[in-house]
Amino acid sequence: MAERKIRVLIAKPGLDSHDRGAKIVARALRDAGMEVIYTGLRQTPEQIVETAIQEDVDVIGLSILSGAHMTLFPRIMQLLKEKGIKDVLVFAGGIIPDEDVPKLKEIGIKEIFGPGTPTDVIVKFVKENAPKRA
Amino acid sequence: MEGLAEIEKLIQGILAGEKRSIARAITIIENDGQKAQKIISAIYPHTGKAYVIGITGPAGSGKSTLIEKIVKKLRENGKSVGIVAVDPTSPFTGGAFLGDRIRMQTLSLDKGVFIRSMASRNSLGGLAKATKDAIKVLDAAGKDYIIVETVGAGQLEVDVVKVAHTVIVVLAPGFGDEIQAIKAGLMEIGDIFVINKADRENADRAVIDLLSALELNTEKKWKPQVIKTVALTGEGIDDLLKAVEEHRKYLEAGELEKKRRKRAEAELLEAISQRLKDTIIAELKKDKTLESFIEKIMNRESDPYTVADILLQEKIKGKKERND
Amino acid sequence: MFDKEKINKIIEERKRWESTTVPKWIENRPEREKEFHTISGIPVKRVYTPEDIKDMDYMRDLGFPGEYPFTRGIHATMYRGRIWTMRQFSGFGTAEQTNQRFKYLLKEGETGLSIAFDYPTIMGYDSDHPMARGEVGRCGVAVSSLKDMEILLDGIPLDKVTTSMTINGPTAMILAMYIAVGDKQGVPREKLGGTVQNDMLKEFIAQKLVIFPPRPSVKLVCDVIEFCAKYMPKWNPISISGYHIREAGANAVQELAFTIADGITYVEEMLKRGLKVDDFAPRLSFFFASHNNFFEEIAKFRAARRMWAKIMKERFGAKNPRSMWMRMHVQTSGCTLTAQQPLNNIVRVTLQALAAVLGGTQSLHTNSFDEALCLPSELAVRVALRTQQIIAHESGVADVVDPLGGSYYVEWLTNEMEERAWEYIHKIEDMGGVIEAIEKGWLQQEIANSAYKYQREIDTKRRIIVGVNEYTTEEHEEVPLLRIDPKVEEEQIARLQRVRQERDNRKVKQILQKLHDEAEKGVNLMPTIIEAVKAYATLGEICDVLREVYGVYKEMIII
Repeated sequence: MAERKIRVLIAKPGLDSHDRGAKIVARALRDAGMEVIYTGLRQTPEQIVETAIQEDVDVIGLSILSGAHMTLFPRIMQLLKEKGIKDVLVFAGGIIPDEDVPKLKEIGIKEIFGPGTPTDVIVKFVKENAPKRA
Repeated sequence: MEGLAEIEKLIQGILAGEKRSIARAITIIENDGQKAQKIISAIYPHTGKAYVIGITGPAGSGKSTLIEKIVKKLRENGKSVGIVAVDPTSPFTGGAFLGDRIRMQTLSLDKGVFIRSMASRNSLGGLAKATKDAIKVLDAAGKDYIIVETVGAGQLEVDVVKVAHTVIVVLAPGFGDEIQAIKAGLMEIGDIFVINKADRENADRAVIDLLSALELNTEKKWKPQVIKTVALTGEGIDDLLKAVEEHRKYLEAGELEKKRRKRAEAELLEAISQRLKDTIIAELKKDKTLESFIEKIMNRESDPYTVADILLQEKIKGKKERND
Repeated sequence: MFDKEKINKIIEERKRWESTTVPKWIENRPEREKEFHTISGIPVKRVYTPEDIKDMDYMRDLGFPGEYPFTRGIHATMYRGRIWTMRQFSGFGTAEQTNQRFKYLLKEGETGLSIAFDYPTIMGYDSDHPMARGEVGRCGVAVSSLKDMEILLDGIPLDKVTTSMTINGPTAMILAMYIAVGDKQGVPREKLGGTVQNDMLKEFIAQKLVIFPPRPSVKLVCDVIEFCAKYMPKWNPISISGYHIREAGANAVQELAFTIADGITYVEEMLKRGLKVDDFAPRLSFFFASHNNFFEEIAKFRAARRMWAKIMKERFGAKNPRSMWMRMHVQTSGCTLTAQQPLNNIVRVTLQALAAVLGGTQSLHTNSFDEALCLPSELAVRVALRTQQIIAHESGVADVVDPLGGSYYVEWLTNEMEERAWEYIHKIEDMGGVIEAIEKGWLQQEIANSAYKYQREIDTKRRIIVGVNEYTTEEHEEVPLLRIDPKVEEEQIARLQRVRQERDNRKVKQILQKLHDEAEKGVNLMPTIIEAVKAYATLGEICDVLREVYGVYKEMIII
């Protein structure tokens, strides 16, 4: 039967417009054989979660460099919970101070990749941690 | 992992138009043949209601922006819409970048709109079966209109004819599209042609060129219309939708029945063909003599066609023997 | 420039050297790479000699500083007359906090102000807009109305200080507010000095802080340029930027080419309005990055100056030499800063700043070492400023104009960069120009490809980034981080609401309607926008009127 592909949503929440990293990660994941949906810039938490539902993604990658992650990420995780989305891997990247990482992990963001993370590390992480579904 | 009970729930969810169920079902359809069949069989009686519009055209012609405006209009008229945006899978990496919905993201929060991005997954020759089945799911879920968007460059697009009632080909002036369209066979599949970005200087020229190219195509009974639009501002959308309705009326006057019959037959034959292929190949793979036949072909002692005849004869003989 | 016979002798000797002396060295000590390249992929040789620049003509290609083609500098005396402007980009939190930071920097020796605005302001949203949630005051100062601008500039004499405002989409509105404050201080508009970035083409190409679609965006840019040409002769109404293009992943040649292509586009648009080139060209300014490859950057700055001078003189027929000057501001490259071992960034910034100075910049911003982690702390920003001051006063490089002029390598590289940049510019013109190329996604694809290539080089260690993929440490350096108090958002929203209550709402409505009508007609909107801000119409309200008329832009995604 058809091979199962990992479907990844790469999202840019809030007004931050730095998309160089998000696009590089999107491309790297595509080159690793995944199906990547990129939301484009300036997404609200509501839009991101709705997209994740309609596209039935396995993984969500959130990219943010504006410092607004402590407002936007908890909102996204809350919405996922409310909509009953439990089996999705969520990771994040961008400019996120180390001190915020434990709190973000607590709310369900599995890993945070800071600047300088090799793309291979991210690809490997997604491959190994994406939920195995039917 | 979905068991029978979960599939039942999914089917109920689809029929209720529940987004999560629709989404999960489409994923299953893309990945699991057996479960897919169960779902399709269950929802099939509820399909055949939606009007399917195929929209194709080269990258940069403004398809996605156009779709957004079309959908907004349809929504104003109280219709619900499903959108399937298809992008090519890379033959080298097996991955795909699905970037069409970004132009339609304002619609993502509209409860009456469902947008799904699908990769072609290198289906041999065109639109994946999964895409056709995804359309059925959206149909059964009660969508009044389903829009299928593909990048116009080859087999994928010609295939869209098989699933759509009306095919719209979107071109933009100055892209050298007119020639492209002729090459890609798009001229034959378009029921309506759109010259988008019609506020450009060479738009009128493009319309003239297109109309004269269409003149040559006298086979069709429906005379393809050419509409000018400026997707960014919404100009021409009303004319476009009017043209779609006209085409719909034309189809409903008789062509539609023919199309439906042809499609039902085609789907049946395809299903039979797929099953036969799957069954026989599965059996052959278990066949220990397969290896030696392959060796023979490699050594040029025999050829693929002769071997195929031999193997199939045996299979058919084998079946006959079992049946007698 | 060189005697033909002597060149032939050198060529002979070079061949001899390559076949006899060099191999002996390579045998004992092979070179570190098979081929060496600059970041934009230009192959660089072992050594450069007069042979490599044998066709150069000193007067034609270099000239003297302050004279065409200005390769060696736009002023005759450069830093001997006046050190470059040390202009540190800053802004965060509330207008009060930023005002305090300004006063601190002026006290510490900064010679010009630079304002960074927060994301909501940049995108034309008021601080209480739903999209602004969590973003107010984070990456810059929040300005939703004239009230904020008044507090921001409180106690700053606008006739003595020049101000650079990094704003693009809502340039007209923000500039209008600045003018309104100047009016209140009693400073004549002709005396106001500063810059607004106001470069929308690079937004579509790289930075993506876009509100309206391309054509209306360019129209607004030109409205501002036209208004300033008439009423504010000391103001730079645009800073044609390569910095963001570079930060998005372009290489040095692309940065150079795309920036100049943008410049050409703006000049053409202004000429379409019926202005004469010398009416506005003297006030066009440029903004580049200074990245890691030291000599490539220097060559880039010199090539840029020469190219622009030629374009203005030969293509656009400028007569005033000032129209041919490429006045530039440079910022050291943000994307080269590392989060790992942040103190290393001080070294990077120093080298990048030095390249900018040797490249002849008019104004310079040096990044702070902690900026890969957060907005800069006071300590970090002071070190960044000191970096410039040490270069200026202790190193001696500011005492000679264009000291690297004549270096065989630097001159060769300058020529090479120019040639390659021209290729790009011709390609863009064949496509129908920058706006066409943007709509085709061509520029964005070039940048995405360069970005991906660069990342792959780092991933595979073909390119070493110290502290990141080599010379890494496990230890964690403690760096005091600047945190934005979430109360900022609350205070800002409260102030905004007070403004809305206390103003004459009827008047605001009238003026906004006038703006709507004028936008439909296509006239220059600056005068009415100034009226609107003086009536305390908010930024969001003014932008919403234009959103209605022009529509909102949606990006074409290229990865």
